Amino acid sequence: MADPTAVRAARGPTPGAPDERVRGQGLLGRLVARPELGALLGAVGVFVFFSAITDQFLSPLGVATWLDDSATLGIMAVAVALLMIGGEFDLSAGVMTASTALVTAMLATRLGWNVWLALLLSLAFALAVGAFNGFLVMRTGLPSFIVTLGTFFALQGLNLGVTRLVTGTVQVSGIRSAPGYESAGFVFASTVDLGGHAFQISIAWWVGAAVIASLVLLRSRLGNWIFAVGGAAGSARAVGVPVTRTKILLFMTTALAGWLVGTINILRFASVQANQGVGLEFQFIIAAVIGGCLLTGGFGSAVGAAIGALIFGMVRQGIVFARWDNDWFFLFLGVLLLGAVLVNNTFRRRAERARR
Amino acid sequence: MTQQSGTAVLSTEATADALLVATGISKSFGNVRALQDVSVWLPRGQITALIGDNGAGKSTLVRVLSGVHPADEGSLTFDGSPVRFASPEDARTAGIETVHQNLALIDDLTVWQNLFLNRELVRGFGPLSFLDRKRMQEQAEKMLSRLSVNVPPIRSKVRRLSGGQRQAVAISRAAGWGSKLVIMDEPTAALGVQETARVEELVKGLRADGMTVLLISHNFDQVMRLADQVWVMRAGRLAAGRRTQDTDGEELVGLVTGAITS
Ligand SMILES: Nc1ncnc2c1ncn2[C@@H]1O[C@H](COP(=O)(O)OP(=O)(O)OP(=O)(O)O)[C@@H](O)[C@H]1O
Ligand SMILES: [Mg+2]
Repeated sequence: MADPTAVRAARGPTPGAPDERVRGQGLLGRLVARPELGALLGAVGVFVFFSAITDQFLSPLGVATWLDDSATLGIMAVAVALLMIGGEFDLSAGVMTASTALVTAMLATRLGWNVWLALLLSLAFALAVGAFNGFLVMRTGLPSFIVTLGTFFALQGLNLGVTRLVTGTVQVSGIRSAPGYESAGFVFASTVDLGGHAFQISIAWWVGAAVIASLVLLRSRLGNWIFAVGGAAGSARAVGVPVTRTKILLFMTTALAGWLVGTINILRFASVQANQGVGLEFQFIIAAVIGGCLLTGGFGSAVGAAIGALIFGMVRQGIVFARWDNDWFFLFLGVLLLGAVLVNNTFRRRAERARR
Repeated sequence: MTQQSGTAVLSTEATADALLVATGISKSFGNVRALQDVSVWLPRGQITALIGDNGAGKSTLVRVLSGVHPADEGSLTFDGSPVRFASPEDARTAGIETVHQNLALIDDLTVWQNLFLNRELVRGFGPLSFLDRKRMQEQAEKMLSRLSVNVPPIRSKVRRLSGGQRQAVAISRAAGWGSKLVIMDEPTAALGVQETARVEELVKGLRADGMTVLLISHNFDQVMRLADQVWVMRAGRLAAGRRTQDTDGEELVGLVTGAITS
């Protein structure tokens, strides 16, 4: 027999020998396989571009400005990325930032509660809404897109309706005089002086969120489960992964992030508009997608989402520094989104083989 | 019962040393009655085969036994005590590992992550416990090398593997935990000649190690080679049971198709 496969079968390969047809992975190969590569390249490009064409972009003032803009978006994008890797969406994440701020502000200004106590209650409210989202999605089997669209409208209606009932206007202000404002403001809305300019503490929260989310995702059991439930929920369930609990936890995490951002905002600006946050939910998703998350779940990166938010902030403020019309922001955004997705898509094919 | 074949019929009355006894299991999906009053038992330390045509209900029974979905009616006794598996985790904790027909692998995770999914090794404790990736990768290498001819690289994503390699990963996962019962739903369906031989060796090895095996297969020669006992299903019902020494491939074909009733 001249058939080479027959000869090979007759001899038989050594048991346990690795398949020699699979090439080893170099450092470059592993780097290219990371989901956040597209975002990283984009961020460097945007950074270099605006540093070159404007003077302020690289100044301490400039850096503080675009980092500040990126920070609150970044906190949300990181949480939304975890949820997307877990295979779900949360369209109520944007209004949640307003709802929590409103709850805190009303309790503190109308009922005279200590700010910390008010924060505790708005946190409980946020977690309850997140758990409700998750429970409903898992219980009904409906797409989270639809379920959280419902929560989104419900919260928006509550924000406007309750605010108008209580205050007669569409905003709540006056939290500065509430007890506990100083200490809470120090934690969530103070500034740190670096290089002669004030940097918002929210930047630290953003970095912290990205680091913790990455550790959870890549170094903990829960992280494994998040990838598993997003990639193939049925298979994950069949090996005993607590699918429902994991997903509900992820919805609660985006709600928690919404509370954190709402808290940062209300303590910093001391007033909140009832229609705040609407439309932001898509920015969170876009930042996560630029950062390498797939809309289909099971793949993505928390650091990538944080970098996606950074790109947002740099472009938005870079356009201001360059004195362009703000309309150009959307052109930039569109091009960046497409570019990042194309890059991610190309490299993902390699990622399928790579070590994580 | 009318016995038309000349061989000994296996009673659905379990012997005392049965590891698992399923009694009167029924399961419907909407108006599809996938299982109707199925009673089977698995002798401890032996290989039991479950055969039947496509749609006979074999995989549904497997999913009931492995906790994926609870039965509508019926009861299970495992290792001497009555059990109710509310989730696959319950079944795994009790000592039942399963290779599902669809393999239940996560494409976007690596081979070693799949092997250790929900059985992750960690260092540290409480909220500060981190995955022990190195140890998991080393053990994964060992778990796989027992089985495969072409060992899939443990750090590659499962999506990249061939059908046979995927099957090898799923089988290694089920065989690797020293459990009491290993259920395999058509484990050699996608395998070549060498891989099939190796899986059969592994199945015998599990028996030699004292484990009980439930093997679903469409390959009657394989069943005759490996199994000590056979259950035959037809259209959601248990059709017959035999000790393999008392039967042959021809009779099994007849029992599966309904040409022979017992
Ligand atoms: N989740 C489900 N929802 C609805 N019907 C189902 C479900 N699972 C199985 N069934 C139905 O139950 C019956 C038995 O299916 P099952 O998968 O158990 O057959 P099987 O014996 O494993 O067949 P095969 O040899 O093809 O694997 C089929 O009619 C199938 O359509
Ligand atoms: Mg089947």
